Amino acid sequence: MATTDNSENKMENSQGGIKRRTLLKALVGVPVLGVFAYELIKKYSYDQEKKARLVKELGLDNLPLPTIVKSSKGSKNDLIRVGIIGYGSRAVSHANGLGFMHPNDVEARTKNNNMADWLAQEDLNVAITGICDVFDLHAENGLATARNTVRAGGAAPSALPVKRYRTYQEMLDDKDIDAVMIATPDHHHAPISIAAAQAGKHIYCEKAPAHSEEQIIPLYETVRNSKVTYQLGHQITQSVIFQQAREIIKKDILGKITLVETTTNRNTADGAWIRHLDKNGNPKPGDETTIDWNQWLGHTPKVPFSVDRYYNWTKFFAYDIGLIGQLFTHEFDAVNQLLNIGIPKSVMSSGGIYYWKDNREMADTLQCAFEYPNHDLTLLYSAMLANSRSRGRVFMGHDASMELGNAINITVDGSSTKYKKQIEAGLIDPSGPMVSFNPNSGKVDAVTSATEKYYAARGLTTTTINGIQVDVTYLHIKEWIDCIRSGKTPSANIEMAFQEAVTCIMAHKSYVEKRRVEWDPEKRRIV
Amino acid sequence: MKDLAKYTVAEKFVLVALRILIGWHILYEGFAKLLIPNWSAASFLKESKWILEGFSSWIIANQSVLNIVDFLNTWGLILIGLGLILGLFTRIASISGAALLLVYYLNNPPFIGLEYTLPSEGSYLIVSKTLIESMALVVLAIFPSGYFAGIDMLLAGRKNK
Repeated sequence: MATTDNSENKMENSQGGIKRRTLLKALVGVPVLGVFAYELIKKYSYDQEKKARLVKELGLDNLPLPTIVKSSKGSKNDLIRVGIIGYGSRAVSHANGLGFMHPNDVEARTKNNNMADWLAQEDLNVAITGICDVFDLHAENGLATARNTVRAGGAAPSALPVKRYRTYQEMLDDKDIDAVMIATPDHHHAPISIAAAQAGKHIYCEKAPAHSEEQIIPLYETVRNSKVTYQLGHQITQSVIFQQAREIIKKDILGKITLVETTTNRNTADGAWIRHLDKNGNPKPGDETTIDWNQWLGHTPKVPFSVDRYYNWTKFFAYDIGLIGQLFTHEFDAVNQLLNIGIPKSVMSSGGIYYWKDNREMADTLQCAFEYPNHDLTLLYSAMLANSRSRGRVFMGHDASMELGNAINITVDGSSTKYKKQIEAGLIDPSGPMVSFNPNSGKVDAVTSATEKYYAARGLTTTTINGIQVDVTYLHIKEWIDCIRSGKTPSANIEMAFQEAVTCIMAHKSYVEKRRVEWDPEKRRIV
Repeated sequence: MKDLAKYTVAEKFVLVALRILIGWHILYEGFAKLLIPNWSAASFLKESKWILEGFSSWIIANQSVLNIVDFLNTWGLILIGLGLILGLFTRIASISGAALLLVYYLNNPPFIGLEYTLPSEGSYLIVSKTLIESMALVVLAIFPSGYFAGIDMLLAGRKNK
């Protein structure tokens, strides 16, 4: 270009300087940049003001950002020795939450490059010192995990020996166990929890807490009269999103809530609890020589060993109360943690086995309606195992609805009284989500895309806690461990467990007995 | 290259105008990312389909790589936008812009059979606005618009002395 025979350049050279006209042309971009800067500032302040106004109109300003409470250092000196009863897939998450991982998982996650978040998990100063499982293979996994030298939070490998116990009674009798985590099939939850409370061991028990009135009442009494810290395994309320949902409810953004809809939407054999076959269609490992079948059956009727029952116990009412025990428990906890509704006045359930026509007893299509006249509220549960259309979990108020899942979306109701003015003024658009909180949000990036509007320009976004993806099971376990040390009461405590168990038992009774079931709050009995 | 004097005023005008318009767009895309707290290309890359899918998931899987990509993307867009508006290093800015836009395009090309969870703002079949904008920058890289109007004129003038 420098050699171009340009008449203007020639002129410049001949006059020994740059012509004014050339200079003007050369700097043509400068005024454009000036206009750009002016418009950019204008746009930025417009967006900020609009967002601030919207957030303020909805009363969402000053929403506290979630943080993890660091465990107090002074109390961390006392190591807590944990025993795990039932070492299946759920217990693997428990061990990970405690800061332990199986060598194979460490290898796999290192290969996939997703170890960092787990390694950053705070050291809870605990040791897994006991494993109890009726199946040798599972017990071996537990032992290898507890003995692994790779630990989360830079913790030192546990110096304590890890013992395998043949029965849970043996573990509970051992003075060297401080706390137990129960992740057995559901029919063992209540008996083991009661025995653990009597033995003075702190309890972290997976849902459901109990399957019958005959179980929940002694469980409740025993735990209440003991000094142990009881936490029911409901991790989802530990999510960042939940803390914000709680604020939204507290600030009455939704208006009067009269209906809460919760759902289960699955459409796979695994999702319908058919789990006894491996990927190649062969039966999974385990037989009478490696599984202590009598102990597995516990107090339930004696039946011959069956791989089907061992892996697919959820299908049978002797071991579980079906969808209500497996999945509605989470829904109930989520709603109860937010609204504190407790035990319903009445429950009606209906449904049937309409798709998975095997030997199951549990319904694969189920609807339950829980009535709370004292709260002017109906809680609905609709479960489906043969269609996965996502129906979400929605809190419906007169002024807005809140869909609460991995993110929160608030949609203002077109006929809202509270937001009438803002809707008329065009500030609030009831046709789509108004505010959405997404802990993993990022913005879609493409120069020509207009997805910004579609996405999160509508409101606030937060990051995961301190920018780290935190495992919610870990947070729930951490709360339990912290409460053991501080003597405080955890969120999924025995009161919550009692309310949940009674509600679930009522729903199950209604399904089985095909009638409306009520709660007598005076006598504290199901009628 | 054609003699600069051979371009008509109208030809020069439309090429410079095209350059400034694209520069404006790219500069704002850069600033928009800068102004959004915690902006990240992660959710865009998550949607990636076709030949760059594997590469994109590798970026997402590595936080440090992702941070570098985010930084380079934001500041790359800003520098390219400035270059195009000012007519400064016009050819480099045009070529880099064309390449960057082509990468965006290749991450989610509107081909038959590739489904995206996010809606696009227009209707596209194979050709999208991103591809057209990329091609427009190739045009600008071929025509010396920085020498019609832009700081490149001054740099050229200085070299000539």
